[in-house]
Amino acid sequence: MEGSIHYFVDQTINGLTLGAIYGLIAIGYTLVYGIIGMINFAHGEIFMIGSFLAFFVFLGLGLSGITWVPLAILCALVVTMMLTPVYGWTLERVAYRPLRGSPRLAALITAIGMSIFLQNYVQLLQGARPRPLQPVISGGIELMRTVTPDGSPYVVGLSYLQLLIIVLTVALMTVFTLVITRTPLGRAQRACEQDRDMAALIGVNVDRTISLTFVMGAALASVAGLIFVMNYGVIDFFIGFLAGIKAFTAAVLGGIGSLPGAMLGGLLIGLIEAFWSGYFTVEYKDVAAFSILVLVLIFRPTGLLGKPDIEKV
Amino acid sequence: MSAQAAPLAAEQALLSVEHLTMRFGGLVAIDDVSFAARDREITAIIGPNGAGKTTVFNCLTGFYKPTVGRLGLSHPQKGVMLLEQMEGFRIAQQAGVARTFQNIRLFAKMTVLENLIVAQHNHLMRASGYTVLGLFGLGVYRHAEKDAVDKARYWLDRIHLTDKADWDAGNLPYGDQRRLEIARAMCIDPILLCLDEPAAGLNPRESHELNELLQFIRDEHKIGVLLIEHDMSVVMEISDHIIVLDYGRKISDGDPDFVRNDPNVIRAYLGEEEEEELPPEVAQDLSSRTDGGPEGRDDS
Amino acid sequence: MAEITANSRLAAAKGRLDTVAMLKEAGLTALVMFALTVGLVGFEVRDIPGGLALFTRFDDVAVAVLLGFFGRMALFLLREGHPRPVAIIGGPLVLLLVLVLAADVWFTGAGDVAASESIRSWLPFNSIIVVWVIAIISVFIAARAILAIRRASSTVTVEEREARADHVAAQVQKIGRYVGPALLAFALLYPFLPFVNRQLLDISVLVVTYMMLGWGLNIVVGLAGLLDLGYVAFYAVGAYSYALLGTKLDMSFWVCLPFAGFMAATAGVILGFPVLRLRGDYLAIVTLGFGEMIRVILLNWYDVTRGPDGISNIPRPSFFGLPFTRRPPEGTESFHTFFGLEYTPVDRLIFLYYLILAMAMITNLFTMRIRKLPVGRAWEALREDETACRSLGVNPTNTKLTAFGIGAMFGGFAGSFFATRQGFISPESFTFIESAVILAIVVLGGFGSQLGVIVAAILLIGLPEFFRELQQYRMLAFGAAMVLIMVWRPAGLLAHREPTIRLHPRSGPADKTAPQSAE
Repeated sequence: MEGSIHYFVDQTINGLTLGAIYGLIAIGYTLVYGIIGMINFAHGEIFMIGSFLAFFVFLGLGLSGITWVPLAILCALVVTMMLTPVYGWTLERVAYRPLRGSPRLAALITAIGMSIFLQNYVQLLQGARPRPLQPVISGGIELMRTVTPDGSPYVVGLSYLQLLIIVLTVALMTVFTLVITRTPLGRAQRACEQDRDMAALIGVNVDRTISLTFVMGAALASVAGLIFVMNYGVIDFFIGFLAGIKAFTAAVLGGIGSLPGAMLGGLLIGLIEAFWSGYFTVEYKDVAAFSILVLVLIFRPTGLLGKPDIEKV
Repeated sequence: MSAQAAPLAAEQALLSVEHLTMRFGGLVAIDDVSFAARDREITAIIGPNGAGKTTVFNCLTGFYKPTVGRLGLSHPQKGVMLLEQMEGFRIAQQAGVARTFQNIRLFAKMTVLENLIVAQHNHLMRASGYTVLGLFGLGVYRHAEKDAVDKARYWLDRIHLTDKADWDAGNLPYGDQRRLEIARAMCIDPILLCLDEPAAGLNPRESHELNELLQFIRDEHKIGVLLIEHDMSVVMEISDHIIVLDYGRKISDGDPDFVRNDPNVIRAYLGEEEEEELPPEVAQDLSSRTDGGPEGRDDS
Repeated sequence: MAEITANSRLAAAKGRLDTVAMLKEAGLTALVMFALTVGLVGFEVRDIPGGLALFTRFDDVAVAVLLGFFGRMALFLLREGHPRPVAIIGGPLVLLLVLVLAADVWFTGAGDVAASESIRSWLPFNSIIVVWVIAIISVFIAARAILAIRRASSTVTVEEREARADHVAAQVQKIGRYVGPALLAFALLYPFLPFVNRQLLDISVLVVTYMMLGWGLNIVVGLAGLLDLGYVAFYAVGAYSYALLGTKLDMSFWVCLPFAGFMAATAGVILGFPVLRLRGDYLAIVTLGFGEMIRVILLNWYDVTRGPDGISNIPRPSFFGLPFTRRPPEGTESFHTFFGLEYTPVDRLIFLYYLILAMAMITNLFTMRIRKLPVGRAWEALREDETACRSLGVNPTNTKLTAFGIGAMFGGFAGSFFATRQGFISPESFTFIESAVILAIVVLGGFGSQLGVIVAAILLIGLPEFFRELQQYRMLAFGAAMVLIMVWRPAGLLAHREPTIRLHPRSGPADKTAPQSAE
């Protein structure tokens, strides 16, 4: 079975779904790293909070008998995208802004501190137990059908959920690419990325630009959270950690600071994980992802799409 | 062109650069440059901004691998060493080529003295038995460290920083930092010292002191000095030999008098099309020199 | 926001209060608080028979919003130079809150649940954590108000604060020469002090273990400036090396100790070799990945590590071959029979305490010594400027590798101590959070400051352990403390670098003019 094209397609679809989640989170890392040069370690927790908020919406709507799926998803999308970015904004305002211009390590430590804080905050408020959610969307399109050697049918399908995830991700990434490349906000961001002092001198409101960067990153992460809840159906306070690390790995793999790089890195990490668990062992999928990261960094230290940096001396 | 002074023959040179070319992608930063620098001489590399001077240094000191070219250094004990084949830190460690940087690179949070001691790292490493013996506080290392301090003190006296030896290097005034960087480079006992714009940002008095320091290094320590400089008062006064680069190519090579009168150089600095690009002080400086000759100098 | 602030500054200059601006700012904060709390605080998912149910806690949300509103208002008043009303209204409130919380902690600590319950039922909030948050924020505001009244200005520039803190740290290091031995004497006498009980000794063993880890990591992060987020991997390698050798080959702790250190150092060098050319954050993420990889391998390599079940019955250390058992096997002696003492289980604890104290002191002495050797200076120079180092002939790769290897070695030593102390290890003990804690000790203490590690280890490990009753808030407070300390003092608590060598004796003529004020 494992040798068949069907199995391959199945794993590819899984990988793409996972990659969409990583890619959406990775954009937040890449944007923030690009603009203030720090690893926003707490970004994974933002994703986790987003998934909790989406979970509440789905649960609340389900309990109050509203079952029309498009409405539920729209509500969840609006609520998470409204509320989660406030966390991103607050995070920057409270923990990172006072440290601007301090040693990088100091900022990293606050970021880790914030990550620990948010994890425990959610754990205290919502309990440590994993929370299951009924599937929101069911059904799908049948792509291929075959028969396994023992005679049972093997169907390769693209579920409506996976379709929605892919459409949503592509739409969001398009919108954000346009925001970054075409709008005054995007220009301000790129200016701050190049030289913050100079940008301030020519009238860019640096604080506001940085705040908005965090807000954008958090909005995308919240969508990733929403997707995660719908796709996996179980969440707990700890999901942000591993997803965060993987997404950061994705951002580095793609070339940190590069928007298309983050998307590419996310997809690659998702595919690597899916194929590794599909063809080798599930247990070592994280090891595989990290090994590939190390290899890429050794041979191409600035990631796949990052600009090679020539040392200025 | 026929008037061009004969370039030094490679065999008598301390450093001979042959056909050096450096490309970054499509950009040719240095295009087939050959020159030589002699022992006990100050060789200046001048040229407009972006002429590729610092890139030559970066190739020499192993920060870039040249695309094409042979960089031969004739070491008095070890024979000819090919710098382009050596790893960055080995060029300083084994070939004895030291350098300073355009934007000063001191160890800012370490003291002045520590900066000078770090420069003697390889020697002290051996003396400390690669750390193992040093851990037990053996006498060998203590003697070596004392010698290292003495050497540092010698250079501190030279650059008038003895009183500030225990300051953090980052807290020194700008001019002191420049001199400290040179002293630090001298502490590795180089046979070739490469200075990247040592006079940048110095006031006239400091730049005069710098001249004396460089001449002292050349005459007393008997090593070759390679110098990138914009400040013509420094270049013309102390250089024994000048190489002019423009757009990555060598356009002139000879002693100060020759270069000063070389039409190629005058065109490169004062050429009609490029006049706007030239920093006004350089233009003024250069024209006063080409017209007035050596008497036009102001040695303040 | 910026315009509002500018306007209000203007108003303050004229000596009156811009009420509109104040309300605007407070209102905005209240709105943010609402958005932050409405989801996670406002709703709670609980298991009920037959599924999940949503419960609401909107009263807590309301509290948070009000807190945001009035807290911001107080801060606004402070900033605009009206500290008095804040102090007058806020002071008693803070006092009351602190008293309530103190009573709560007291009763919980004493195990009097009923009393603590009755106190909590007085409070208008569902969860005590809300009270904690309010208390912390109001203490902060009140402290600023009082400071503002005393100094007639509520703001200190960052530079002033930093300079002052550096001065304090320098003073601390200056008296460090006397404090160090005094601390050591105290540490040596510690187990026999009258107030030290079993629990306290146990906590101390843990604190000293983290001190050792902190000193070990300090070599890598503080001196060489290499950001290592996977230090726990070496701790794990050390622990498993000893656990496996001890249980499978019956080798004694003392034989295994050097081997564990060697294994950890080797792991450090193997990891370091390919990745040390990476800079800063890339290195951080790769080391983090490496830490996770080691944990995943430990979890899944069941044949050797027994996976999540862990390794148990790890041999306890012996005192020169004398075990600390009540009844030694026939024909052998144990510690208490040999010395003719009454058997007490505390003996072993005291022995463990001295063991880790000795190991930690060796780490400390080693670090202080190596700082003054060429390799130590090269580490610091690399941290400052790698390019300059290369231009001086310092081999960056080898130098970094030694730092990485030596740091890892001490991690390995500490790991094997951990294994022998616990008698049982499993991958659970080697999660990322451990790496974060050790790194936090180093950074909070102040880069490269040996004394800072002691202070930070006591603050971060000792205090929370001591308040184990508040177990569930421990990590929350831990995270918050990391943020607050860094925001308050980005360079760390006791960050002051002492030169490794001086030309002029201390307080010589040239020293008076020295650092800080130059430029």
